[in-house]
Amino acid sequence: MTQVSMTVNGKSVSGDVEGRTLLSSFLRDHLSLTGTHVGCDTAQCGACVVHVDGEAVKSCNMLALEADGADVGTIEGQANADGSLNVIQQAFQDHHGLQCGFCTPGMVMSAAALLKDNPRPTEAEVRKYLEGNLCRCTGYHNIVKAIMAASGQDVSSIAAE
Amino acid sequence: MYNFEFEKPSTIADAVAALGSEDAQALGGGQTLIPTLKQRLAAPSSLVSLSSIAEMQGVCVEDDGSVAIGGATTHAAVAADAAGSYPALAALAGQIGDPAVRNRGTIGGSIANNDPAACYPAGALGSGATIVTNTRQIAADDFFQGMFTTALDEGEIITSVRFPVPQAASYQKFLQPASRFALVGVYLARFADGVRVAVTGASEDGVFRWSEAEQALSKEFREDALMDLNINPANMIADLHGSKNYRAHLVKVMTKRAVQATI
Repeated sequence: MTQVSMTVNGKSVSGDVEGRTLLSSFLRDHLSLTGTHVGCDTAQCGACVVHVDGEAVKSCNMLALEADGADVGTIEGQANADGSLNVIQQAFQDHHGLQCGFCTPGMVMSAAALLKDNPRPTEAEVRKYLEGNLCRCTGYHNIVKAIMAASGQDVSSIAAE
Repeated sequence: MYNFEFEKPSTIADAVAALGSEDAQALGGGQTLIPTLKQRLAAPSSLVSLSSIAEMQGVCVEDDGSVAIGGATTHAAVAADAAGSYPALAALAGQIGDPAVRNRGTIGGSIANNDPAACYPAGALGSGATIVTNTRQIAADDFFQGMFTTALDEGEIITSVRFPVPQAASYQKFLQPASRFALVGVYLARFADGVRVAVTGASEDGVFRWSEAEQALSKEFREDALMDLNINPANMIADLHGSKNYRAHLVKVMTKRAVQATI
């Protein structure tokens, strides 16, 4: 076992992990932050997306020890300080951007990473950025719409009302 | 996944020393290696992470105009930082996997793995790049030796990859949308002394140069120069996504598109 330390959602955390412990396992099993979902466990579905030093990564495809010393953000750290939903989360609710909700944590984390670099993306840019986030319920339309809305753009003309 | 020791050296020298132990394996971004370990297709005794080695990070333009990329530079960093110095290569990097994969996966990892459908081997071979390791410099023409096979020795690390910058270049990727690898990808680079065409995703021997197309295009750089040329399908990959004939056909189609994009 090796000790790993990192900052998760602004709090310093540490724990003893094996070499093979994945970042997703560390978050879920050691820190009980089960909002980060493990869908495919093969780095394809994107349900496990978190931010490591501000960049979106698939936490099921990164070793916990690789994140030693890093600043990690998960879905649990997305809400506003008063506990209310942040603008992206609220937009997912307002525009019905989820059905079963399993992919949602990864979708929200990817959306946050996109909007940080590209605050007013086009619909095509949103769809392209979400290539690594799979949703089996919604057909993506309302997810795209929610992200467009979260970026402050008018979404009244986007299809699939 | 079987357990292993984990080491994260901060210099190339320490990484080389760590890789000297038996069954040690280098870890780039892990976007292929970690899934491989999960499937128990590999069982190294220790993983030596290359992600904290500062001298293996970043994109820089050398005195001779070539672009040198540190072996541990992520695809996302190449897509952003090489956009000015070598746009076609930056565009290739920006098409690998998906955004989260590009934030972890590295050029050295991709080239050392030499997946037969990966993008970077086509970019390196098509550019006539030099693979720089901790011990030597290897021309791309000598480096890629068949599917998942390279000239690297045990414990040898790709510290950087040096790309001569062509007058014009284009990577045309026919995406396999589930894997996000190339079903067929063609990297075409036009230099003052000739054209290079490298093909990925198509051959059972991994990335290769289509020399007939290179000769024809070096003589006359236009789409029609390819008219009478065909790839022999015998050596093409056949799987549920495409037959040998389909891939052979796609090689020509993607090469034509690359010509159109650079004309």
